[in-house]
Amino acid sequence: MLKFTVKRLVSAVALMVFVATGTFFMAHKAIPDPVANLFGKVSFTAEQYEAKKAQLGLDQPILTQFWNWFRHLLTGDFGTTWVGAPTPIIKDLAVRLPVTLSIVILGLAVMAVLGAILGVLAGIRPGSWGDRMISASSVVFFAVPGFLVSIALLWVLAVKLGWFPVSGYIKPERDLLGWLRSITLPAVSLALGGVVMIAVQLRNAIVTANSSDYVRTLRARGLPPRAVALHLLRSAAPAAITIIALMFVSLLSGAVILESMFNMPGIGSATKDASQTGNIPMILALTVVSVLFVVIVNFLLDLVLGWINPKARIK
Amino acid sequence: MADAPLLEVNDLSLDYGRGKSLFRALDHVSLEIHRGECLGLVGESGSGKSTLGKAILGLAQSVGGEIVFDGREIQRLPPPMRRRLAKDLQVIFQDPYGSLSPAMTIGRILAEPLRVGGMRYEQAKTAVGEMLERVSLPREWIDRYPSEFSGGQRQRIAIARALIRQPRLIVCDEPVSALDVTTQSTIIDLLIELQRETGVAYLFISHDLAVVRRICHRVAVLFKGQIVEQGGGEKMTTNPDHPYSKRLLMASPVADPTEQARRREAWLQVRTGQA
Amino acid sequence: MSETVALATAEVLPAVQPAEARPQNRSVAFRFLTQPGGWIPLLLVLAILVLAFGAPLWGLQDPMHIDPRVADQAPSADHWLGTDSTGRDLWSRLVWGGQDAFRGAAIVLVVALILGVPTGLIAGYHGGLADGLLGWVSDVLMSLPSIIILLIVAGLTHQNADVLMAAMGVFMAPGYFRLTRSSTIAVRAEPYIDAARVAGISHTRIVFVHIWRVIAAPIVIQTAMTIGVALGMQAGLQILGVGDSQAPSWGGMMSSAMGSLRTNAWLIVPPAAMLGLVIAAFAIMGARLGEITGNRSEKAKHLTRAEKAELAGAAAARAAEATQPNQDLMVAVKGLKVTYATAKARVEVVHGVDLAVRKGEVLGLVGESGSGKSQSIFALLGLLAGNGYAEAEAIWVDGQNVLTLPAAKRRALLGRTIGYVPQEPISNLDPMYTIGHQLVEPMRKVLGMGKAEARAYALELLARVGIEDPARVMGLHPHEVSGGMAQRVLIAGAVAGHPKVIVADEPTTALDVTVQAEVLELLRELQREQGMALVIVTHNFGVVADIADTVTVMKDGLVVESGAVGSIFAHAADPYTRELIEASSKTPSRAALDEGGVGAGAPAKGGV
Repeated sequence: MLKFTVKRLVSAVALMVFVATGTFFMAHKAIPDPVANLFGKVSFTAEQYEAKKAQLGLDQPILTQFWNWFRHLLTGDFGTTWVGAPTPIIKDLAVRLPVTLSIVILGLAVMAVLGAILGVLAGIRPGSWGDRMISASSVVFFAVPGFLVSIALLWVLAVKLGWFPVSGYIKPERDLLGWLRSITLPAVSLALGGVVMIAVQLRNAIVTANSSDYVRTLRARGLPPRAVALHLLRSAAPAAITIIALMFVSLLSGAVILESMFNMPGIGSATKDASQTGNIPMILALTVVSVLFVVIVNFLLDLVLGWINPKARIK
Repeated sequence: MADAPLLEVNDLSLDYGRGKSLFRALDHVSLEIHRGECLGLVGESGSGKSTLGKAILGLAQSVGGEIVFDGREIQRLPPPMRRRLAKDLQVIFQDPYGSLSPAMTIGRILAEPLRVGGMRYEQAKTAVGEMLERVSLPREWIDRYPSEFSGGQRQRIAIARALIRQPRLIVCDEPVSALDVTTQSTIIDLLIELQRETGVAYLFISHDLAVVRRICHRVAVLFKGQIVEQGGGEKMTTNPDHPYSKRLLMASPVADPTEQARRREAWLQVRTGQA
Repeated sequence: MSETVALATAEVLPAVQPAEARPQNRSVAFRFLTQPGGWIPLLLVLAILVLAFGAPLWGLQDPMHIDPRVADQAPSADHWLGTDSTGRDLWSRLVWGGQDAFRGAAIVLVVALILGVPTGLIAGYHGGLADGLLGWVSDVLMSLPSIIILLIVAGLTHQNADVLMAAMGVFMAPGYFRLTRSSTIAVRAEPYIDAARVAGISHTRIVFVHIWRVIAAPIVIQTAMTIGVALGMQAGLQILGVGDSQAPSWGGMMSSAMGSLRTNAWLIVPPAAMLGLVIAAFAIMGARLGEITGNRSEKAKHLTRAEKAELAGAAAARAAEATQPNQDLMVAVKGLKVTYATAKARVEVVHGVDLAVRKGEVLGLVGESGSGKSQSIFALLGLLAGNGYAEAEAIWVDGQNVLTLPAAKRRALLGRTIGYVPQEPISNLDPMYTIGHQLVEPMRKVLGMGKAEARAYALELLARVGIEDPARVMGLHPHEVSGGMAQRVLIAGAVAGHPKVIVADEPTTALDVTVQAEVLELLRELQREQGMALVIVTHNFGVVADIADTVTVMKDGLVVESGAVGSIFAHAADPYTRELIEASSKTPSRAALDEGGVGAGAPAKGGV
C-alpha cells in the first residue's frame, strides 16, 4: 500500500509539473507580444513599451522567465496580476476559488449521496418500479447539460416560487444560511446528471456482484443477508468511486458555466477576463490551480480505490 | 526426402516477461512430426504446451532453437513469406466461441483464407460449400452467423477453416476440451477421418492422456517447459515410464468402478512416491 | 448482466433457430429504423438539420435585425415565437442558430475522431511504448478542466469559433481513444484474430476487416453521445459570453435571456427547449443503437418481490401436502421444476426431477451442459439466480420439507446442514477480502464463534485440507493463490459447519488433471471421516466410478436413469447413459484403430 501511494504521488506531481510547463509555454506562444496586447487600443510610446516590458520581466529570455515563474510557483506564489493595480494573484484567487469550489463540493456531495442511495435501492431490488424509472431516465439525464436543468429549476424555484435567489453569491462568513441558499440551485442542477450516472453504475455493479459466483457461495455458507449486502457494496464501490473521480472534472466545468449564469464572482469570469486581456500570470494561476484540484481529488480517490480493492494496487 | 520429418523442433526455448518476472515457458524442447502423423502434446496448465503451438504458428517468439518446416527454418521469415506459409500450416483453437469472428457469416469466415490466396468470394463459395459438407454441415448454412451454432458445430466450422487450403500440418490446441463429452468423440472421429483422407499431420495439444489415446500415433509429455517423455500412443497411455506421465495417467478417472479402484490405488502409490 | 441467465436460456434453446427468429440477419440499420426509439429521434434531428441549413429558403426575417419598436413581444402571427429585448425575431434566430450549433458539433466530431480513433487502434493493437505514451496523454487531457482551457483559447484567439470547437474536439478525443483502445484490446485477445494471423492475413486487413467490424458500433454510439456533449458545451461557452453576441446562436440566445429572466422569462424557453430536444434525441439514438448492437443489452427479467411471493406461495401450498419420505434419506427432491424469466418469455429448464441421497452415501449427478444438473442443485440449495424460480412437490433435507419453511429458517440450513462446494474455485472467492476473512466471517456470523476461536479453527481446517503454512495463506487474497489451493479453501469452508450433506457442483472440472485427483481424494476422505452424504455433480462417469454409490443421469432437464453405481455400469438401460459411460472409458488406441481398419465411424450429420 505504501509503494502504491508513493507511485501515485509521484505520477501526480509529474502531471502537475507537465501541465504547468505546458501552459506556460503555450500561453507565451499564443500571445507573442504580451505588452502590446496589454496596451490594447490605447496608444503608447516606445519608452512606455520598454518600461512596461522591463517591469513585467518580459525583457529576459523566455527560459529565465519560466524559471522565475516556476520557482515562485513552488512556494505557492503565483505572481502579481498584469491588469489593473498590481496585486498578488493569490489574493484574488482567495476570493474567487471559494465561490466555484463551494458549488462543486456541494454538487459533488449531493451527487454522491443521492446517487449512492438510489443506486443501492435499485441494485438490491432490480426490476422494481424505482429501478426501472432510474434506468429509463438515465439516457436523457446523461446527456442533458446541467445548465439546462438549472434553467428549469431557476424558472420554477427562483422566479415563480421565490424560494432561492435568482442570482448572486453570499459569503458564508457573512450569512451562512444565505450562502447555502445562494449555492443550492447551481449545485443541485450541477449534480443531477451525475446522480443518475452514479446510481446506474452502482446499480449495475450490485446486480452483477449479486449474480456472481462468490456471492452465491457466501449465501451457501449461511451468511445472513446483511453480511452479504456488505460484500455487495464493497464490490460495487469501485465503480461508483471511479465515476465520481471522472465527474469531478466535468463538475468543475459545469460550475464555471453555472456561476456565470447566476452572476457569481468565481474563477469562470476571471478566466474569461484574463484570457481576453492577455493577463498571462492570471491565466497560468487559474489553470494550475484548477488542475491541482482535479489531481488532488483523483489522487485521494485512487487511494480509496486501492484500499477497497486489493487488485487495484498491483497495476 | 520422403522420410524427412514434416516439422522439426530443435532445442527450442521461449521466455515470457522480462527482468524479475522472467518465466521460462519452453526449455530446450525438441520434437518432430512426420507427414500424415498425429503427435500428441500433453501437459497441464503452465506446462508450455500452448506456447509451443504458438511458437510453431508464429504467434510467439522464441529465444533460441529452431523450428524447421519442410526442411526450412520458419522462425525469422520476412512477413510476406511467413504469410505464404499459411497455406501449409493451420490451427484449430480450443474456444469454439472465440475462434470465429462474430460479425462474419461462416461463408465469409471460411472464404477468408482462400481470398488471401487471391480468390474472389464468389469463386471461393463453391469450395466453402464443399468444405462444409466434408465436416458434415449442410451447405445451405453458409450465410449464417457463428452465434447460431452450438459448440460442436462451431468446432466443425473451425476444422473446415483449417482444412480449406489443404494444409500439411494443423496445430490442434485443445480442440475438444471445451465440448461436451459425447460431442468430443464425434469431433475426434471427424479429425481422424479427415486425416486419413487428406494425409494432413496434426500436433494435438491436450491436458488429458485419455483423450489423446484415440487420435495420436505418438505422444510427448510436457512438464514445466520440458519434454519429460515421448513414445508411442499405446504405451504412453497405458504404461508410461516417467513418474510424472504416470501421475498424469493415473489421475484421470476411468468409467469402470473396479478398474478405477485399481487405478486410484496406483495413483496413491505414485503420489506418496512423489511427495 | 446475469451470465447465468444467458447461459441457462442458451442451453435450452435449439442452437440453430428458424429463420424468422434470427435477428442477426436483419441489418442494424433496418432494426434501428423500425423502432420508434430509432426513427422518431432520427427524423427529428434530420428535420432540424434541414430547417437550419435551409434557413435562407424559408423567407425568414433577418435574425440580426434590431427593431426596438417591437421589443419583447409575445408570440404572434408575425413573430411565431415573439421577439427579444432588442426586437429581433426569436423564431428566425432559433433556426439560424441551428447552423452554428451543428457546424460546431461537426468540427468537434471530426477533430475528436481523427485524433482519437487511429491512436486508439495503434495503442490497442500494438501496445508497448506507444500505448503507454498515448494513454498518458489521454489521461492528462481527461484531468484538465476543459472549460477553463477553452475559455483561455477563446480569449487568446479573439473568439474564433472554429478554433474553439476544434480545441473542444481535442478534449473529446480521449473518449474515442479509450473506447477504441479497450475494444481493440478486447478483440485482439480473441482467438479468431490469432486464427486470422495464422491464415496469413495481413495486419492491415485484420485491423480494417476484423477489428473495425467490432469497434464500429461502439464508436457510432460514442458519437451520438459526443454530439450531445459538444452541443451542450458549446452553448455553455456561449452563455459565458464567448462568441459573437450579435450572430444567432442557441447559447447566445440563452445568454441574453438570462439577463432579462426577471422581466421576460419566456425568452429562455425556445433555445433551452430546442437544445434539450436535440441533445435528448441524440442520446436516445445512441442508447437504442447500443441496445441493438448488444453493447448495452438488458436480457434478464428480474422477478419482482410480488411475483416471487406469488410463485413461492403456490409452491408452498402444494408442498404442504407432501408426505414424509423414508427416514434414511438425507436429501429427497420430488418433481422439481426450474424456470427462468427472460424479457420475452419464461423458459423451463428443469422439468420435474426426482433426486435422493441416503445418509452417509454419495450420489453422482451426471449430465452435460444444458441438462439442468447445476440448476437442480441450486434449487435444492435455494440459491437460484434472481430471475429463476423453482417449484417442486417436495424438497426434503434432513427430514424437513424446506418448501414449507419460512425463508429465514431455510437459509439457516445452509452452512450447517448443507455445505456447498462450487465448480470454478477462484471466482467463488470474494476478490476484495483475504482468504482468512472469508473463512472466519461465516464461522463467527453463522456458527457463533469468537474471533480467536474462529481463527484457530480456520487454521486447523486449512491444515486438514492439505494446505501447507495455513497462517500465510490466511493473509492472501484470492488472486494470489492457485486454483487447486482455492478449491481446498472452499472445501474447508464448506465442511466448517459439520454439515450432514455436501453438494459439490463439478468440483474438479476447472482444475488441472493431477489436482483433480487430489481434490477428489480429499472429498472422499472428508466424506468418510465425517460420515456426510455427498451429492457430486459431474459430466464424467470416471468421477462416478471413483466416488459414487448411486447415480442419477440427466439430459435436457429430465432424469434419464438412476440407480446403484454397480448396476448402472453393468447394464445401463438408457442408450444416452451408455454413451456417457463410453465417453469416459478407455478407447482403442490410434494404432489399434488404424491396424484393425476400424472406421472412425461417420459422424452424425450436423448432429453435434
